[in-house]
Amino acid sequence: MSGSSRVAVQDRAAFLRRPEHRLLRVAALAGLVVVWEALTRVGWIPALFLPSPVGVLTELGEMAASGQLFVHLGASLRRLLLGFAAGGGAGVAVGVMTGFFSRADAVGQPLIAATFPIPKIALLPLLILWLGIGEPSKVAVIALGVFFPMAINTYAGVREADPLLVRAAVAFGAGRWSVIRKVIVPSALPMIFAGLKLGAGTALLLLVAAEMIAADSGIGFLVLHAGNIMDTTKLMVGIVVLSLLGLLSHWALACCERLAVPWRHT
Amino acid sequence: MRVIVDRLSKTYRDRTGRELAALVDIALRVEPEEFVAVLGPSGCGKSTLLGIMAGLLPATAGQVFFEGERRDGQPLTATVFQEFALFPWRSVRRNVEFGLEELGAAPEERKECVARFIAMTGLEGFEDKFPHQLSGGMRQRVGIARALAVDPAVLLMDEPFSALDAQTRTLMMEELLGIWERARTSIVYVTHNIQEAVYMADRVVVLSRRPGRVLDVVPIELKRPRHEGQMGEPAFVHAQERIWGLIKTQAQAALREGRA
Repeated sequence: MSGSSRVAVQDRAAFLRRPEHRLLRVAALAGLVVVWEALTRVGWIPALFLPSPVGVLTELGEMAASGQLFVHLGASLRRLLLGFAAGGGAGVAVGVMTGFFSRADAVGQPLIAATFPIPKIALLPLLILWLGIGEPSKVAVIALGVFFPMAINTYAGVREADPLLVRAAVAFGAGRWSVIRKVIVPSALPMIFAGLKLGAGTALLLLVAAEMIAADSGIGFLVLHAGNIMDTTKLMVGIVVLSLLGLLSHWALACCERLAVPWRHT
Repeated sequence: MRVIVDRLSKTYRDRTGRELAALVDIALRVEPEEFVAVLGPSGCGKSTLLGIMAGLLPATAGQVFFEGERRDGQPLTATVFQEFALFPWRSVRRNVEFGLEELGAAPEERKECVARFIAMTGLEGFEDKFPHQLSGGMRQRVGIARALAVDPAVLLMDEPFSALDAQTRTLMMEELLGIWERARTSIVYVTHNIQEAVYMADRVVVLSRRPGRVLDVVPIELKRPRHEGQMGEPAFVHAQERIWGLIKTQAQAALREGRA
């Protein structure tokens, strides 16, 4: 068929657009809590298996008021921060050295490749044997868990540093330490932060595991102990606190990243 | 200072051990305060030559000398890069300051020097901006200010304006000449653009395609200070034609090889 006609152009890519749907995001979260509360109120699920959100919140308030919560939280945070700092610091240092110096790379790569696949929690009995049942073994297992993602990510970040910028720095008289400090480390910062976020998840996992195996304080201990005495509400308080810890650490790291890597965000 | 490039050769060797000659027997001189353009078709080893002069690449044979009066701590060279090579995590001010830091200059001295070259390159008001917030032309101004700030005996420029659009490039060429009149340092300026070379340089060193050899050195007899109006003058057109005559067959061969 032929003939003259007038056709308006349609927006054919409309279905590809992805709006944010803010309301839906909030509704999803609120919906979960509401459904959960409703299920327990109706009585379909006994409180022993699934305590209500209101009950968990009340228990959380009581534990906070009595100070019991902060004893456990404090003990956990201390282990977490010490392990994170030790493992993160060592990881960045090893990553920078192996990424920059070819000899360090030749020595470090096979060692890291050989030890990286070991599930760190399997080392806890050995660490307890070496360092005792107290704090050092728990901090050490967290540090080990954080070390590997940090070392591997930092290494990748260093290797990805723009060779042109390195050449420019050398052209302006920079020696190796100057290059590392002023070019390599800033280049690797985005990867270092990615490593920190990975490490934060691993650290939380190892913290709970270590506290369940050998501790008399900490959120992991709280969860296990509450489970043993069938105090499900307390158990859920522990889980909620852990999830908040995870969220908070991720958010804090994202904030630090925005401050430390401003050229990536504006 | 005077630069003497003495029978310089550079051969790259790839992983299979195959050799690729980039430069063969290059000899040239750059006199104090002279503006020399090094011109050649794509892949003639121009950037390699500059890299060797800057001490960023080892030569296979031959040597580069710097000769003459040199103040204490004055660096031999500073480089302006085609891709700018600014540090994205440093503000304009801190980028310009980089070379001075590495020279170990005192903070007050750095501050005074940075302010002077920021003014000279027209970057006032942009001191606290980061490179990604600047246009290409402004970025290369930072690159030039960073290089001039260390007061090098010779300024090396590796196709500094080829990443810019045509209008910005013309303006930047004029500005560079103005800056050079004031700073009075020797410049070695690598380019593949004949007009650019003739407009700015005292002499144009024409290289052949790979392996790069010196085909000829063309003196440019145009009065200084130069201005756009000279582009129509017979001396300008003549120099341009002479250089094109030297490299035309070379450029055609490179094009056929698909390397241009």
